[in-house]
Amino acid sequence: MSDASAGPADAIAPVPERAPVSARARARPRPRRVDEDPPLVRWGLTLLALGFLSAFVLVPCAAVVVEALRDGVRLWWTALVDPDALAAIRLTVLVAAIAVPLNALFGLAAAWSITRFRYRGKSALVSLIDLPFGVSPVISGMVTVLLFGAQGWFGPWLVERGWKVVFAVPGIVLATVFVTFPFVARELIPFMESQGLEEEEAAHVLGASGWQLFMKVTLPNVKWSLLYGVILCNARAMGEFGAVSVVSGHIRGLTNTLPLHVEILYNEYAFRAAFAVASLLFLLALVTLVAKKTLEWRQHHARHAARRSVTP
Amino acid sequence: MSIAVRGLHKSFDGHPVLRDVSLDVPDGELVALLGPSGCGKTTLLRIVAGLEVPDAGEVLHRGEDVSSVSARDRNVGVVFQHYALFRHMTVAENVGFALRVRKRPRREVDARVDELLALVQLDGLRNRYPTQLSGGQRQRVALARALATSPRILLLDEPFGALDARVRQELRRWLRRLHDELHVTSVFVTHDQEEAFEVADRVVLMNQGRIEQVGTPAQVFEEPASPFVIRFLGAVNVFQGHVEGGRAIVNELEFKAPGATDRSRAHVFVRPHELEIHRAPVPGSFRARVERLVPLGGAVRIDLSAPGYGGGTVEVEVDLRRSEALALAPGDAVHLSPRRVRVFPAAADDSLTASGL
Repeated sequence: MSDASAGPADAIAPVPERAPVSARARARPRPRRVDEDPPLVRWGLTLLALGFLSAFVLVPCAAVVVEALRDGVRLWWTALVDPDALAAIRLTVLVAAIAVPLNALFGLAAAWSITRFRYRGKSALVSLIDLPFGVSPVISGMVTVLLFGAQGWFGPWLVERGWKVVFAVPGIVLATVFVTFPFVARELIPFMESQGLEEEEAAHVLGASGWQLFMKVTLPNVKWSLLYGVILCNARAMGEFGAVSVVSGHIRGLTNTLPLHVEILYNEYAFRAAFAVASLLFLLALVTLVAKKTLEWRQHHARHAARRSVTP
Repeated sequence: MSIAVRGLHKSFDGHPVLRDVSLDVPDGELVALLGPSGCGKTTLLRIVAGLEVPDAGEVLHRGEDVSSVSARDRNVGVVFQHYALFRHMTVAENVGFALRVRKRPRREVDARVDELLALVQLDGLRNRYPTQLSGGQRQRVALARALATSPRILLLDEPFGALDARVRQELRRWLRRLHDELHVTSVFVTHDQEEAFEVADRVVLMNQGRIEQVGTPAQVFEEPASPFVIRFLGAVNVFQGHVEGGRAIVNELEFKAPGATDRSRAHVFVRPHELEIHRAPVPGSFRARVERLVPLGGAVRIDLSAPGYGGGTVEVEVDLRRSEALALAPGDAVHLSPRRVRVFPAAADDSLTASGL
């Protein structure tokens, strides 16, 4: 209603009448939307999540850093350049450098075959890929020992040829590969499934060979997913403890990876050194997190930019 | 280059998709594969392209059996339903792809890309990425890419399916003009009758993995070969009747039904525009009552009730002037006389009504 239409006699009347109307409107409860919860629930849940996160993630991480640096950067550094620590770092990098490319290849091959071909037993293959996630890493290590140890199935054959697998680098690599092989495949399979085959078919019809098709079409399309899987795979490969612990034999300076080295130092009550080395693993986690976030942001940003430029 | 397929069979997981399909596409013709979804038209196209292997039968390109030639070596241009542009390549890279994988010199590739982009009127967009293009532009890039190696055969899978109505109209005319310029033998798949009629020289009507009829748009519309064809190509009234002495009898009306077996059931098909409306009875007419008048622009559709005919409801379409002259209103009693009918035995029709039309 408008005041202009009201006659001079009514000019005063609407003013006092309006106040109760707006008061009533204020008093009337607004219907709640689906995504709206009462403040108590909202704050309660948020606090609970934050509290949980602090107790189980933030505080331990902070403790690692604080403990590592308690006696100063110099001592922290000394612990890191200790020959055994350096050997552990080298071994960890070496194992990851072998296991991650292997699993990237395997992941690509598995994802390709699962999403591109129709054959019997495909679902069994998918379940098998998940197996390392379901099996305790210790068991993975024990299987390696069972197969390749001196008393194992292939042990005598290997010993004859002077090849040492268990309690040596090959065993550690094998155990790590086993534990980390689902990461890349798991990342790629859903992505490649969602992409479909049309671009590959187009490339094929246009005359591309299998290799050209893979290099020019498939790989560029999956590269971010692949990298994402590789980063997760690498984090796990460098941080793996259980499986590696069983096969490594804990020989200082020879078969100790970073996580094993931390354990040894800890068991020897060398807490400061243990935390110093642990802080490296913590750093790895941070780098992984940042890389992961950057990749997610990149993918999102690329998609967003593309969408924006469509509208003129 | 002419295309021929002979006795194609194909099933997926035991479900037959093509059953004994044979077809000839003469050199330089533009043919539409038309049918409801699931009729096998896309599978047929993919078999011609070499992307799918038939269970039986052969595919001939210019008389040569190419069944054992891979899609890669058939030199066939394919435009995919969702264009399948390489999303990480620019327009120019997409268009030049076929030449680059053939290791042609760079200058030749660039020249050909320029030529093709001019042909599809996208000269200014060569450095854009597919996501930066509109649907119609993407479609034209896909076409330019398919034409890069000057294929003698062009196959298009629902080329206008993903576009909005106005762009689709434009592109249809444009594709037709392009074909008249290039004369490349082309086959395109569509479920849209209007699209098929507007663009194609000949239409191949498919249903449940079989070809129902092949002919020019006028032929298939005027002389439908089966109840499926007449039902699929626009609205139609169906009257149930029976055959006696070579005539189909629907209540008090009689129609010629040459060759029909006596005492069999027959269906009489009448298009809405082939029914005349009269105020007074005329010979060969039946009674009906006007229920509703639906304006359709230049014409008016009249829904009528007529007990015993077409399940009790009949549709008639008359042009605007005729409708004004009749001055009909709901509730009016009128008389309808079919100008032209097509009679098919009922049994053949029953098997086809199950196709989900």
